[in-house]
Amino acid sequence: MTSLAAPADAAGVPQPMEAGGGGPAPVRIVVSYGFWIFLLSDIIMFSALFATYAVLSGRINGGPSGHDLFDLRSVAIETMCLLLSSYTCGLGAVFMERRRLRGFYWFFALTFLLGGIFLGLELREFASMVARGAGPSRSAFLSAFFSLVGLHGAHVTVGLVWLAFMVAQVAARGPRDFVLRRLRCFSLFWHALDIIWVALMSLVYLMGAR
Amino acid sequence: MNESARHTSNDQAPGDDERDASGSIGAYTAGLAFALLLTGASFMVAQTHLLWAPGLPVGLAVLAVAQMGVHLVFFLHIGSDPDNTNTVLALAFGVLIVTLVVSGSLWIMANLNENMLPPAAIMEMQR
Repeated sequence: MTSLAAPADAAGVPQPMEAGGGGPAPVRIVVSYGFWIFLLSDIIMFSALFATYAVLSGRINGGPSGHDLFDLRSVAIETMCLLLSSYTCGLGAVFMERRRLRGFYWFFALTFLLGGIFLGLELREFASMVARGAGPSRSAFLSAFFSLVGLHGAHVTVGLVWLAFMVAQVAARGPRDFVLRRLRCFSLFWHALDIIWVALMSLVYLMGAR
Repeated sequence: MNESARHTSNDQAPGDDERDASGSIGAYTAGLAFALLLTGASFMVAQTHLLWAPGLPVGLAVLAVAQMGVHLVFFLHIGSDPDNTNTVLALAFGVLIVTLVVSGSLWIMANLNENMLPPAAIMEMQR
């Protein structure tokens, strides 16, 4: 006879299972792991757009190519902003773990500022491209470019809104467990955006500007 | 339930940092330094003739993958210790799917491109 219950020894006393011993994982672990799965699925969605861009990047239909359009100095500043904002977000989380709220507020304000500068530079780049007649409808290359880079920009926008909400929540509710869990998820999200930007910067800008 | 107390089970979540707080500031700083170094290298390689031109895409890809690794280890705290098994397995599956989607799309589209008739030949057939 097989039983789905925990295995018992000869005396019928239940023994802990080999795997998953110690009972269910704490909420903190489950929430972070679930969010990690979401991030991976988000990255898979991005990979489809990366594949589209890689296929279409040469299809400029007589229009401007990446070499004519991309300004690497602006891309370098954007990369700096995002990288530093990831760093300040990490430091803010460390200060939160130590319950030093002043440090947390400062570093998250800095994160918001750097993310805002990134978004402003990206919007300026998009506006100047559209003004030069290189909008998303010009060629397959530009359609793919705007969807890929625009989706990343949309993620950064959502991240900034989320960041503002989290700071407000910390101010209103204090460093409670559920606030800390949400903050952890936010940090994961923000760092993951940086990873996607690394791929974007290399594939789209550095390879395209040659 | 007070979750800030150290849990006793063997699980570890992504983003978790088991070291003390001052140690993690050091880890973030080291990660930033590595990431800056690799970003600088990417920009330099792309804008100078340091690398043999046809090898440039491979060089940039290597630098990008290295930088993603730095971000995973220093910012997301994905390590190789046994407590991280679930996280790493999920990551490995994600990488597998991303590789299949990207390389599969490129392969299929290149193949279709090669086998497509030039527009002039299609016009010829329709006559």
